[in-house]
Amino acid sequence: MSFETLVFYFLATILLFAAFRVVTARHPVHAALFLVLSFFTGAGLWMLLEAEFLAITLVLVYIGAVMVLFLFVVMMLNLNIEKMRAGFWSNLPLAAFVGLLMAIEMVLVLTVAGRTIGGDPTRHAAGYSNTKELGLLIYTDYVYPFEIAAVILLVAIIAAIAITLRRRVGTKHQDPSWQVSVKRKDRVRMVSMPAEVTTAGMSSLPPDAQKEGE
Amino acid sequence: MTDTIALLQGFFGFSWPVVSNLAKIFAIIVPLLLGVAYLTYAERKIIGYMQVRIGPNRVGPKGWLQPIADGLKLFMKEIVIPAGASKGVFLLAPLLALGPALAAWAVVPFGPELMVANIDASLLYVMAITSMGVYGIVLAGWASNSKYSFLGGMRAAAQIVSYELAMGFALVGVLLAAQSLNLVEIVNGQQGGMFNWYWLPLFPLFIVYLIAGVAETNRAPFDVVEGESEIVGFHVEYSGFAFAIFFLAEYANMILVATMTSLLFLGGWNPPVDVAPFTWIPGFFWLFAKACFILFLFLWFRATFPRYRYDQIMRLGWKVFIPVTLVWLMVVATAMQTPYGYLFH
Repeated sequence: MSFETLVFYFLATILLFAAFRVVTARHPVHAALFLVLSFFTGAGLWMLLEAEFLAITLVLVYIGAVMVLFLFVVMMLNLNIEKMRAGFWSNLPLAAFVGLLMAIEMVLVLTVAGRTIGGDPTRHAAGYSNTKELGLLIYTDYVYPFEIAAVILLVAIIAAIAITLRRRVGTKHQDPSWQVSVKRKDRVRMVSMPAEVTTAGMSSLPPDAQKEGE
Repeated sequence: MTDTIALLQGFFGFSWPVVSNLAKIFAIIVPLLLGVAYLTYAERKIIGYMQVRIGPNRVGPKGWLQPIADGLKLFMKEIVIPAGASKGVFLLAPLLALGPALAAWAVVPFGPELMVANIDASLLYVMAITSMGVYGIVLAGWASNSKYSFLGGMRAAAQIVSYELAMGFALVGVLLAAQSLNLVEIVNGQQGGMFNWYWLPLFPLFIVYLIAGVAETNRAPFDVVEGESEIVGFHVEYSGFAFAIFFLAEYANMILVATMTSLLFLGGWNPPVDVAPFTWIPGFFWLFAKACFILFLFLWFRATFPRYRYDQIMRLGWKVFIPVTLVWLMVVATAMQTPYGYLFH
């Protein structure tokens, strides 16, 4: 068994364990953390396949952004774990059937189709840049699907922001440009007053304050 | 040197890759941790002098042993685990904060040949690894089982995620200019004096990266996590060495951001003027000097600026930095296609 195979089985074991714990963990936050672990291990597996761009992007996008926001939501919601687990046994047969079907499909794809289509994958030379190759493909052969997907995501972003922009009464809005452009005359009024005249030995201050002043 | 390596290789035989890599890791982590210790000392001294004080001067000659004494003190203290805390996650969180701060150094080059791993997409790797640092903060806030640390964790995490976007866009500008994701090639693209460094053509991105780096590491003026007026930091429940690890992570991240800024925008190990007396000095010294300069800026900011309010932090990140970086990315990308593209690389 080569070192690579050893690494593969090591990562695969962790991945399966983490994926299993995502479903079985008692607390939703722990489940989300196991999902993070399974993403990370999956990235390790992709790295083993020399798909370094995909592996690093998986870490950057899914672990660095998506799962953080996911954790935010899971932590802030008051999740009722008992209620969530209520239908577990009744749904199990269907879920097991779907899972088995998926497993069979994957075995078929990897064994039967894989042998006829690809054969054994070949190793790339040292100077091969996965990132450059992907960029070339995305921006030449697949430019329209890529751009359409980007536009759809942009629309989703704008829609999500538009939902938050409802008019609410009674909120204290701040206008930073107005705050920054405030001049002295907006806040301070200079008043010209004649100086108070005090005669010698007498002061407008009470005697206690006079003592403290000395 | 090659003889010594061959000798060691013969001695360790089959286990040589493990031993050599462990040696490389130690060669980075030990100076890094020492750097963290003396950065805290430098911080207290520099801010002391800026405020016309002396700073620590009691432990050892001129206070040089102060960071050692501080570390020892934190090491001896008890780690208090709050009642009702999620114990495993509570203890895991500091490690999740420190791990990425150290792991990112695997690809940071200190010279054209001097690094642990020279991988093709090293810039992307640094981005991905540092984006994982936020887990330590979110989980520390949550696992403490205290509403103050939870709120603090949420705020700090939202701040870090927001500024990561601006930072990422600034890095996209650098990779446009260098046309490579490899840190060594990015630095090599800046050869020939300080006017060939990327800070000049990418000036808005340089400023955004620097300030976002300050916000990303939760340093003043973005240090709401340790604001005395509203103590809702994610680490309020941490004590002893668990707190010290958060502290280590923060300072290791500062050194990382300073080094990355020097590599990406300030020419890395290239001398500022490409003539004789400056080129004699080894490149590592230049990188070190540039990183120290950026670190000095971090400390200077802390001594100068009042703390931002939370909504101001969010406004700066989303409404100022991201539009600025987007506009400058368009400028760079467009200029690349014109005859003036040479100005940008």
